[in-house]
Amino acid sequence: MSPTPAQKPTLLSIRNIAKTFGRNVVLRDVSLEIAEGEFLTILGESGSGKTTLLRIIAGFETATSGEVWMGADRLDQQPPYRRRVNTVFQNYALFPHLTVEQNVAYGLRVAKRPNAEVEQRVAEALEKVKMTAHAKKKPSRISGGQQQRVALARALVNRPNLLLLDEPLSALDANLRRQMQVELKSLQREVGIAFVFVTHDQEEAMVMSDRIALLRSGELEQVATPREIYSRPATAYVAQFIGHTNLLRAEVRNGVARCGALSWQTSITDGPALFSLRPEHLRPSSVASNGAARIKGKVLQQAFHGATSLVRVECADGLVLVMRASSGGLTAQDVELEFSPADAVPVRESPERA
Amino acid sequence: MFSRAYKTAVTVPPLAWVAVFLLFPYALMFCYSFWSVTPAQTILHSWSLDNYKELFQKSVYWQTLLRSMWIATRVMLFSLLLGYPLAYFLSFYSGKRKDLLYQMVIIPLWVSYLVRAYAWKTILGSDGVLNTLLQYVHLTSHPMDFLLYSPFAVVLTVTHIYTPFTILPIYASLEHIPRNLVEASHDLGATPAQTFWKVIFPLSIPGVVAGATFAFVLSLGDFLAPLLLGGPSGIMISNIVVSLFGAAYNWPLGAAISLGMLVIVISLLFLSERLEKRWSFS
Amino acid sequence: MTLADSQQRPTAPRSTWLALHASAVFGFLYLPIAVLILYSFNGQGVGGFPPHHLTLDWYRILFADAAIWDAVLNSLQVAFAAMVISLALGIPAALALDRVQFPGKALFRRLVLLPLILPGIITGLSLLMLFNLTIVKLSLLTITLGHGTALISVAATEVFAGLQKLDRAQEEASLDLGANYWQTFWRITVPNLKLPIIGAALLIFTLSMDEIAVSFFLIGRDNTLPLEIWGRLRRGITPEINAVSAIIFLFSLLTIVFWYRLRLRSQSAPDVGMELLDPPHETST
Repeated sequence: MSPTPAQKPTLLSIRNIAKTFGRNVVLRDVSLEIAEGEFLTILGESGSGKTTLLRIIAGFETATSGEVWMGADRLDQQPPYRRRVNTVFQNYALFPHLTVEQNVAYGLRVAKRPNAEVEQRVAEALEKVKMTAHAKKKPSRISGGQQQRVALARALVNRPNLLLLDEPLSALDANLRRQMQVELKSLQREVGIAFVFVTHDQEEAMVMSDRIALLRSGELEQVATPREIYSRPATAYVAQFIGHTNLLRAEVRNGVARCGALSWQTSITDGPALFSLRPEHLRPSSVASNGAARIKGKVLQQAFHGATSLVRVECADGLVLVMRASSGGLTAQDVELEFSPADAVPVRESPERA
Repeated sequence: MFSRAYKTAVTVPPLAWVAVFLLFPYALMFCYSFWSVTPAQTILHSWSLDNYKELFQKSVYWQTLLRSMWIATRVMLFSLLLGYPLAYFLSFYSGKRKDLLYQMVIIPLWVSYLVRAYAWKTILGSDGVLNTLLQYVHLTSHPMDFLLYSPFAVVLTVTHIYTPFTILPIYASLEHIPRNLVEASHDLGATPAQTFWKVIFPLSIPGVVAGATFAFVLSLGDFLAPLLLGGPSGIMISNIVVSLFGAAYNWPLGAAISLGMLVIVISLLFLSERLEKRWSFS
Repeated sequence: MTLADSQQRPTAPRSTWLALHASAVFGFLYLPIAVLILYSFNGQGVGGFPPHHLTLDWYRILFADAAIWDAVLNSLQVAFAAMVISLALGIPAALALDRVQFPGKALFRRLVLLPLILPGIITGLSLLMLFNLTIVKLSLLTITLGHGTALISVAATEVFAGLQKLDRAQEEASLDLGANYWQTFWRITVPNLKLPIIGAALLIFTLSMDEIAVSFFLIGRDNTLPLEIWGRLRRGITPEINAVSAIIFLFSLLTIVFWYRLRLRSQSAPDVGMELLDPPHETST
């Protein structure tokens, strides 16, 4: 289900991991391969099990069943302090009684590296996250964004095989967050270490990741590149979680899908089907388009989103479609919309999970 | 938000009471320490430093004070040795039993001092439970006298009484340590033992200082345990004060010693407060 | 850590050494009391192993002992009165520390807490000197005043902790709706402080019943229970004292467990002892 991108060897192999807390099933059978040097995001709502999965990789939880392998070594049987994996915690978890420098040096000191080496590596790490000037300060004296950088440096200085990041940007305000997303991405490219990044923010995931693994109620819905997960969502849940979409419930007969007054060509087999249509693929109809599916409707509401707006259109049979149009472009009340049949992507159902 | 009347009503009564029943008595004790007593057993309100001179010159007072401080030090050390690992266990390793075990720590605290001291008296005596038990199982052939009416008995009993007092602040400071610091330490490669010494212990020092201070200060001023279990060799400074206010009738001298103790205690409290501040990082 | 994902606490690690040590310390703390209780049933006396002739005689003698009952009654009176005094002064003290800036506040705070950590002898003697100045004779009254004063800190710390959890907006709403300060105090503040006040009352009561160090110096003609026992200890020991000690232990046990449950109800994590032994923190007013 989740092969690594081509050309990159597998670093971490998660096989059939399940985790139950008491009677609560948090992870059900999750399998995932993580490639060396890739930036993978585990995306999901709260309660999806994403943090638990991360903690299992880090070693703070033991899986109820399943295995985690790193190369030829069985990782899940080792305690956290023996794994070549480091974590950036959500609240940073900096040691309050140590200075920034001492925090970053911690892992190296514990491994009893020689002084000269420790000093040099710490200086390098602080340089990379631009915190050299604050080296001698205690964590209580620096801002949240700065603490986050220190947490990063502290983890990276140990040159782990894999870096885990547990929603590290969620405590930052929007602007700082965007800035850090860019910095993190370039940092990852620079050090070349695989990053596994956990977040609930789908935009963040799209911006930063080489691949996204979308987790719902303890199971993986889809693992793919951002582009693919956007344009070819596998299930209704994925289509709705990432970006906006119109979900069309249709009946297919002889290569034609019918949804109320709307019908379009499709190649899938007969029977009931669900389709995802992104708002940007709807447009006011023009005479020139051939083979486009068309429907008439009335504009209900326009939601202003800056450069574009999302327009809600009520069509025949009560079907409400959402269309993306450039702001101010649509003035008429009565419109006719069209889309190319190829843009209606068939998706699987996403049944409720216990 | 609060009116003048409210603020006055809420501040004045307690302030007044505390002034009358705490501040004034201490001041009174201060004055007494400079007065003296006539052979006719009346108090002479003449101001002099005679009492203090006597304290500095007569060796019995110095010796007893030093012995008391030595006893208090031992109590403090034993309480810490017994109490810290228990507090650590309770905070980090007790899992589901945490509540129950915590209650078990505070219960002895509120059980009467007298009951506990008396219990040891019955155990340590030459006809006591311990001696007769040992003889019964033929580990000893005659009673061990040093168990009771000795400094040993005092240290043992007072440690027993004040260990929970020491455990509580240590436990509180351990509980305040965010658990993700422990995880971070493991994540960075430190074993549980290394994590304890590099992260947990330093962050628990304020609690240790507080606990040690309680144990020391309270044992220093204890007079009941020495009276019950100390015998002649276990007399502590407070016992001298008690007799000066009793049979030996010399209130001014007694006040001088009490004042001295008060000064020592307050100094220790200040010292411990500064230490706690220096070692607190939040 | 995102709450929903990991509300479940990871299972506690194991450590045999620590568990052994903990058991040993608990043993140290409880065995003497267990022995005490055991020997209250011993026909042969307070010592001597093994205990022979288990009997309830000592308890029978205890219940017929008039002097003990008198002392119990005295202690109860003192405890109740001390409870009233400590609460009546401790609650305003907590309010003052929480809400009012006044000269000498820092001194006041320390002074109020001092009797808790100061050896009882100093508190007792200083009060003795005070009463000696006045016409007040040493009696249950002086003991009550002594207990009341020393235990203000218990009331103050418990109530202060409760105040931190109180939503200030509730009192503001009450004032906004037309109630004056007195009414707000009784209708809003006190009901919200119910649990801390009850908790403090229980503690003060128990501590007063067991108090001996301060009482030692302020005693008049009538004995409190601890002092009655003390007197007998000086004269000669019988297992009757074991019996009364066992009963005292039982009552203290029940009271404290009850108090602890109350506390659990009033806050998520009982930080018991810490406020008791730490000065209340300054809040900005």
